[in-house]
Amino acid sequence: MEKKWFTISIYSENNVGLLNRISGIFLKRHINIESLNVSKSEIENVSKFIVVVFCEEEIARKIVGQIEKQIEVIKAFYHLDDETIYQESVLFKIASSLLFDERQIQNIIKDNNATIVTVSREFFVIAKTGRKHEIDEMYMQLLPFGIMQFVRSGRIAITKTEMPISALLAKFQKS
Amino acid sequence: MNTNTIKEKKTKEGNATSIKITGAEAIIHCLLEEGVDLIYGYPGGAIMPVYDELYKFQDKLTHILTRHEQGATHAAQGYARVSGKVGVAIATSGPGATNLVTGLADAQIDSTPMVCITGQVGSHLLGSDAFQETDIVGISTPVTKWNYQITKASEIPEILAKAFYIARSGRPGPVLIDITKDAQFDSIDFSYKKCTGVRSYNPVPKPDQKAIDAAAELINAAKKPMIVFGQGVILGQAEAELKALVELSGIPAAWTILGLSAMDTDHPLNVGMVGMHGNYGPNVLTNECDLLIAIGMRFDDRVTGNLQTYAKQAKIIHFEIDPAEVNKNVKCDVAVLGNSKETLQLLLPLIQKNSHVAWHNEFKMKYDIEYNEVIKNDLHPTKDGLTMAEVIEEINIASNNSAIIVTDVGQHQMIACRYAKFNQSKSNVTSGGLGTMGFALPAAIGAKMGAMDREVVAIIGDGGYQMTIQELGVIFQHKLPVKIVVLNNDHLGMVRQWQELFFERRYASTVMVNPDFVKIAEGYHINAKRVSERKDLKATIQDMIASKDAYFLEVKVEKEDNVFPMIPTGASVSDIRLK
Repeated sequence: MEKKWFTISIYSENNVGLLNRISGIFLKRHINIESLNVSKSEIENVSKFIVVVFCEEEIARKIVGQIEKQIEVIKAFYHLDDETIYQESVLFKIASSLLFDERQIQNIIKDNNATIVTVSREFFVIAKTGRKHEIDEMYMQLLPFGIMQFVRSGRIAITKTEMPISALLAKFQKS
Repeated sequence: MNTNTIKEKKTKEGNATSIKITGAEAIIHCLLEEGVDLIYGYPGGAIMPVYDELYKFQDKLTHILTRHEQGATHAAQGYARVSGKVGVAIATSGPGATNLVTGLADAQIDSTPMVCITGQVGSHLLGSDAFQETDIVGISTPVTKWNYQITKASEIPEILAKAFYIARSGRPGPVLIDITKDAQFDSIDFSYKKCTGVRSYNPVPKPDQKAIDAAAELINAAKKPMIVFGQGVILGQAEAELKALVELSGIPAAWTILGLSAMDTDHPLNVGMVGMHGNYGPNVLTNECDLLIAIGMRFDDRVTGNLQTYAKQAKIIHFEIDPAEVNKNVKCDVAVLGNSKETLQLLLPLIQKNSHVAWHNEFKMKYDIEYNEVIKNDLHPTKDGLTMAEVIEEINIASNNSAIIVTDVGQHQMIACRYAKFNQSKSNVTSGGLGTMGFALPAAIGAKMGAMDREVVAIIGDGGYQMTIQELGVIFQHKLPVKIVVLNNDHLGMVRQWQELFFERRYASTVMVNPDFVKIAEGYHINAKRVSERKDLKATIQDMIASKDAYFLEVKVEKEDNVFPMIPTGASVSDIRLK
């Protein structure tokens, strides 16, 4: 079976230790977590994990089943890339001198639809949101000039179709 | 202070809704509220406030001091497996807690309801590598159904209520609650409310009538159907429904190792055990049936052998409570989710009466082959050396098939599960999924205490016996009339068998130089006998079963016997070897 990128969305209670329990399920099957993001979800007091893995669909399905089985997990889903809208964010820290000495950098910022978050005497910070390959391209463009610091967030994703969790949502709001 | 009860305190303080007690006392009240009257454990620094309360409540809550924390978990498991109640084990922080891990893993994989409570260093010391601090919540996460660390006394009632609810509901499993020492000392206003649900947890899926209808249709149309039932029948208390289904449909029924005893072994429609050392017929015919009806079992690799060649010709129906098990190992045509009792009750009215005579004959023919090749020699050997099977057979005879049989792991376990006879459910206690050597002796203690009116016979190999042999101390101290049979072949027999068959007889570290087991038992003041000749076997086993006290019997068995039939690892179930 062919390996593909899967975005796993997990709705859960917000409890200490749950991340350990969830990551253990990937560990048991020797599946690397390529990206991880935890935030609040559209449901009050419910957290949302977005986990990106590269594996066979069969494995993704079984992992989601085993995740959903955890007591504090409300619901889990997996989706292919084309079923989701997804993005990552990055920050680049660059020496301020380059902004003036290397005009090319301003073009890179413009071409990539990136924004300058802050400028100080020593450094400035560029923020960019986009797909992984767009971020990788911008990284390669900036690399020759010297990047003081670089960080990329985990993938965040929402699905094109409805997450079949609205019934649960209604039930929770009643209780 | 033995009369220290909530009621008295309530009147004294004139407070009807709640009372002020320490966290440690609250833990005891939670246990009592959950109907616990027996716990196993081992004291130590971080759990001392709880032990102090146990001292005060000893008339209501019996604590059994095992000789090792692992023993406490297996005893709690044995208790849970025969009684259907939640087993409770308690330990201190650090090494006390880590010693619980094997029992937790065993209970997790065999779906045994258990609550373990561990003491933890004070919350201000957490994460500081304090004396006897281990991250037991981190360590136990992969081997628990749920776990939680309590750092405030006020959390105790709600969390313990949740722990018991989770351990026993749905597919049961172990829960570990770690409680910091300060939470045990602090005072709280205590009131208890049983947990009736957790919003993110759906323990029992609702049966889907469409799936039931589809299952019934397949069952009624099948020409060569076969049932494989597992522990889900026992845990779901669906023994009567299973029997009704089997008798109505006339479908041959085979058991997994943990399903054993859910149906009487002598039932004429019972066709034996599936799996690596199961019976020839049900294994071979798994690959000839046209419908496989799996009830409360999870297609473990020891049951299926090579998945690529497992029942490929058959339609498969899977009755299962845990959605994560459906299509995990074996793809099914119809999944019937839900509690086995409930789903079988819905199925029964739709089933047509049948007898499948010709199909049963195929099982009979396969049994005859197995009898001639294996069983005859196991039960009626022509050579001098004693076989494990003849020991089991004598125990069947002496106990009228009514004993609880507790087994360890290895050759003796496979032989016992092949030959032991049962006429009551919840009678086969063994470490199935994890294969934990050392399980049997402490589990037999728990089994006895969970069914005091029943005969409990532990059957153990000479290897596994020495892993938890110290628990003889519990049997002695509490005068528990447990019957212990060590089948001694002076080898780690199952590993030796594999070495013989697959490693060209290179017997690396499988020869045991054993102590005098009889003297050891006598050191614990337990009646002890050794049998090494056939002529003494029957009478000694009858003596043992008749004994009102604990009894230790060492049987010197043939040193290099093998367990057959056998499905070699990775082979197909139909390639099962008879020799």
